[in-house]
Amino acid sequence: MTLSAERPNEVEVYSHVPPASTGATRKKGRGWLSQHVGTAIVAGFLGYIFGHWLGNMISSGYTVEVNTGQNSIADLLALVFMVLGWLIGIGALNYPLAKLVGREPSSSTSSSAPTLEDDVGGEAKVDGELEGWSRYFRYNLDHKVVGLQYVVAVLMFLFTGGLLAMAIRTELLNPTTHVFSADTYIKIVSEHGTIMMMMASSVVVGPLGNYFVPLMIGARRMAFPRIEAFSLWVFVAGYMVIFSALPFGGFPTGWTGYAPLQTQAGPGMVSYLFGFFVIGLGMMAAGFNLLVTIINYRAPGMTWSRVPVFVWSILATAALLTLATPVLAAGGLFGLLDKTVQTAFYVTEHGGSSFLWQNLFWFFGHPEVYIMALPGFGIVGEIIPVFCRKPLFAYRIAAAGMIGVALLSFFVWQHHLFQSGIDPDMRPLFMLTTELISIPTGFIFLVGMGTLYRAKIRFEVPMLFCMAVYFNFLIGGVSGVFLSDVPVNVTVHGGFFVLSHFHYTIMGGLIFAFMAGLYFWLPKMTGREMNKKLGLWHFWTMFVFFNLTFFPMFFIGLLGQPRRVFTYAKNLQALNDFSSVSAFLLGLSFVIFVVNLMWSQFIKPKKAAANPWDSLGLEWQTATPIPPHNFDRIPVIMTDPYHYSEEGAPALAYFGEDDHVPVRSGSSTSGDGPA
Amino acid sequence: MTWENSDTTDPHHLRRITVIWLVLSIVLDLLYWFLVGPHVPPGRMTSTAKADQFDFNVLFVIALPVLVGIWEYMAYSIFAWGSKRKGVPEPVGGPTAAGNKKTEVTWIVITSVVVLLLAAFGTFSVVTGHGSGGGEGPNPLWSPAGSVKAETAALAGTGSWAPNTGAVLPVQVIGQQWKWTYRYPTFGGFESSQLVVPNNTEIEFNVTSLDVIHSFWAYQLEVKADANPQQNNVAFTKTEQLGPFVVRCSELCGIWHGAMFNYGKVVSQSAFMTWANQTETANAANTSNLPPFAWTYVPDANGASGGYYPDGKLTPYSTVETYGSKQPGS
Amino acid sequence: MSMGGRLATVLGLFLVAVGLVVWGVATLLTPGVPGGVVNFTNTQAAGQPVNLTVQTVGAIGFGSHPTWVSYLVKDPRTGQWIHDTSWKLPANTVINMTVLQFDSGSPLRNQEWGQVQGTVNGAATLNGKSFSVYNSNTGNGVGHTFAIPQLNVSVPLVGVNSNANVCGAGPCQLSSPHNVETFSFKTPGPGTYNWQCFVPCALGYLFGNGGAMSTQNYMGGELEVVG
Repeated sequence: MTLSAERPNEVEVYSHVPPASTGATRKKGRGWLSQHVGTAIVAGFLGYIFGHWLGNMISSGYTVEVNTGQNSIADLLALVFMVLGWLIGIGALNYPLAKLVGREPSSSTSSSAPTLEDDVGGEAKVDGELEGWSRYFRYNLDHKVVGLQYVVAVLMFLFTGGLLAMAIRTELLNPTTHVFSADTYIKIVSEHGTIMMMMASSVVVGPLGNYFVPLMIGARRMAFPRIEAFSLWVFVAGYMVIFSALPFGGFPTGWTGYAPLQTQAGPGMVSYLFGFFVIGLGMMAAGFNLLVTIINYRAPGMTWSRVPVFVWSILATAALLTLATPVLAAGGLFGLLDKTVQTAFYVTEHGGSSFLWQNLFWFFGHPEVYIMALPGFGIVGEIIPVFCRKPLFAYRIAAAGMIGVALLSFFVWQHHLFQSGIDPDMRPLFMLTTELISIPTGFIFLVGMGTLYRAKIRFEVPMLFCMAVYFNFLIGGVSGVFLSDVPVNVTVHGGFFVLSHFHYTIMGGLIFAFMAGLYFWLPKMTGREMNKKLGLWHFWTMFVFFNLTFFPMFFIGLLGQPRRVFTYAKNLQALNDFSSVSAFLLGLSFVIFVVNLMWSQFIKPKKAAANPWDSLGLEWQTATPIPPHNFDRIPVIMTDPYHYSEEGAPALAYFGEDDHVPVRSGSSTSGDGPA
Repeated sequence: MTWENSDTTDPHHLRRITVIWLVLSIVLDLLYWFLVGPHVPPGRMTSTAKADQFDFNVLFVIALPVLVGIWEYMAYSIFAWGSKRKGVPEPVGGPTAAGNKKTEVTWIVITSVVVLLLAAFGTFSVVTGHGSGGGEGPNPLWSPAGSVKAETAALAGTGSWAPNTGAVLPVQVIGQQWKWTYRYPTFGGFESSQLVVPNNTEIEFNVTSLDVIHSFWAYQLEVKADANPQQNNVAFTKTEQLGPFVVRCSELCGIWHGAMFNYGKVVSQSAFMTWANQTETANAANTSNLPPFAWTYVPDANGASGGYYPDGKLTPYSTVETYGSKQPGS
Repeated sequence: MSMGGRLATVLGLFLVAVGLVVWGVATLLTPGVPGGVVNFTNTQAAGQPVNLTVQTVGAIGFGSHPTWVSYLVKDPRTGQWIHDTSWKLPANTVINMTVLQFDSGSPLRNQEWGQVQGTVNGAATLNGKSFSVYNSNTGNGVGHTFAIPQLNVSVPLVGVNSNANVCGAGPCQLSSPHNVETFSFKTPGPGTYNWQCFVPCALGYLFGNGGAMSTQNYMGGELEVVG
């Protein structure tokens, strides 16, 4: 199926004709006094103050609020208005509010037919700026700008969570002597888990999904540029909300937020519940946008059997984001009602149920786990053929695996509740569905191994990270089978074995894949190379110390150490110390990454070749830097992008010029890096 | 084997890999089964510990060849198929097969069969193992003989337990922030902060909570059951060895979650009888202050003298016994 | 920007980040942790019993949570009441504890805490009278417990009549109605042990176990036992 017939005007040649009416609207998006991150921070701060005042005014008479010396209604309203202020300050609401009062943005009225200026340029200039460094600090609708903004945002999450992980490992150096007090330790653990889960839900979808999906499917933009920018700025607002838990005294529930402990907790819990709600908004928006984009914005000829495997993985992830996250958002709202106006959704004594949260949370939570795994599979599937110089093995199986994992992930959530007192006859069913999920996951291994078979493998940094994903995810996946088995689950549930298992899948899988993606695609995103030597140092330290940190935790768990404890058996100190020291070294490995990132991208940038890895992917066939409209002509796709080493293979795409040849390494066809 | 034939001069990679894999798998599996297997946690103190250890070992023996196979393949590919021409991606070599139906079908069939066998084996174990030591909720499907009788009698206050009768011993585990306490319904319902159980006896743990969710984890006994407010979560195990064991909370329950542990012990049946009778007598004064024995209790959702819920009262429709309910009007 | 400028920018930003982390650890991750530990070692000759006096107040009256319930401890050297629940005690020594209970009581959620456990003699005195079990369903109920779970020590602290003129904010004067309880326990070898209250006494929190009950330095602390 091709979409060319449905969207004929997309194939038209783009002409650099500026829109007729510029004038006043053009000036709107410039200068220090216009809307940017700074105004957003100020507006968010003002919103916080206003919300807190409002909450105290309307609810100070509640006895329960007086008793605790705190006011959770004020805490919640402060956060609500902070997010609102932030969105107003960054300019996210300009367009919706203008539409609300009946004012059309002027650039849309300039011509009758939609042009590219309308698609990207016009609105980008109204809401932000099209060029110059300041666009990265503004509400920008260009998916490439948003992609890079997302990189910074997820790294902010990642490093905050990482520092908290260092604090956890410091406390666990000794079984009885404490660095932090018991409540501070729980607070750190909870904050670490929540921040990392929030980060991981967007770490690939946000930066690489937004940046490369349109480029890979031959589109000029995302389907909904405003929703795309909204998802980013809401994601950043979510960071502030969840971080606000720390000054509020933290929350004691871990990232799972089990009720009724949730209802008992202090004001930090409001940040957790509302934070997940805010992040959830961003996840739903991003997922919905990607879903629509992938379905509707594929270039002519980009049939489902030619869609890059990374796009397949993002499609599956986007479906999960769209369908699973609303459950969490609703669950969070129930919790907020329990905390602010004393409803009893989760309080058994008053007619609620503590199982309700567990089920709502994990009904979201398990798809979430695959939200955090699938994009990694996609990256690996995309990168391995490039460095093997072979076609992707069993492309259809790869796509089927991703869709299969996504579908099955909705039917496994009760395996988190095997010992919780659920109806016992549910157990064999959920054991079966959970183990079934290893079949489509196994497809990903088949694809990788088939592609490696008799290849000519180049061990560049991205490829090394991909190999590490297979190594780590294998351990994570196999340990998952142990967890899914009910009898073994009695031993390992709620202990360090689980902890190690999911760090192997999320960090060992997704974060390693994200690093592979960054090293692979950053030359395209910024036009600047990453330093290979530092990259190799980063890879080897991260790989070795990741395994040294988390592998002992399988034993720690089997030997009986529950999760989230600040005291443990004395005989486990050696293993814990080993793990802690490795964790500190793992932290240092990320310092190498930051140094590399800063050095190669900012301090002493080196221009990257236009297609340094000699990939056949459509995203590499554009000029560097990528023009705002991505493609001068919408390409017509001729085949799938994996015809490596195939003599006489058809060209990937027809760009409308007879002399166009795919960009190969060293040709460095055009352009300087961004200013 | 399958797509070898594209280049007949190439060595038979798959055959080589398979042979190495077979040898390695068999050797490692045998080593694991006989050397490591018997020492795998949580040991062999109870019937469920034994059974779950067996399950773990079976899974490991199946998992080991999978791990070995994929790692070996990856290592082989690194050494055999690494590009010798550094930094020069083209011209390139290797077969351009974008798929191979036979390989794909074989892979899917093998993984499916293994997975279905695992699920069947797990189901068999959990059914025959009376829930494998995990909490089965208030209405356990799989229970040892005599447990229903013991449960009914305990609730009616007519339960009894004596050595050498083969009777099931019901023990109630009460989780509260941040301590475990235990009630023995067959001994007048006395409550103790010590967990002592007789050897060679089916123990029926009835786990409940007075506030938030906890999880009762008797590590060496291989019993794990969440303690939920107002729910009786039942788990079974049969003790088979004397000795101490550790009880921990394995569900985050607040600030002192990490400190919510204590030690229990398995003693001989006669020693248990002596301990139980003595404690029943010693605690008689305190037992009379406790609410009558029940499977679950409604704790006061409010604090000692002030409420989360403004009415400060319990729900009128709760019919079960209330801890902390005998309050004078305050 | 020149390369030096870029380098300086990055290093500057790095220093800002380090500063933020240090500030975060200093203020966000260590709130309410007292500056020091109240030291009871060397207050008596070696091997002699050590006296430790605390008072329980319904509302501490100062600090970041003035309405929260807390313990105050009497500094063994200056005699001042200070807010600090981390105490340094000598090992293998009898601790003679005196608790001035200024708070009102209620029935216990779990009467198990009504028993005196783990003390020398297995008993405590309430206003001079020895007792080993207190029925919290009668009288003024129990306000708090003093418990060291690792040492199996647990003593119910009987409440005062809530209709009396209960001390509103700590530190309370002896003129306010109060119960005096004394008991002794023996410290084990060196190590860190937690002590806690097990009566859910945090007002306004579900099950009464949030707030002061869930924050160290209010209704729980550490015993640092040194050799």
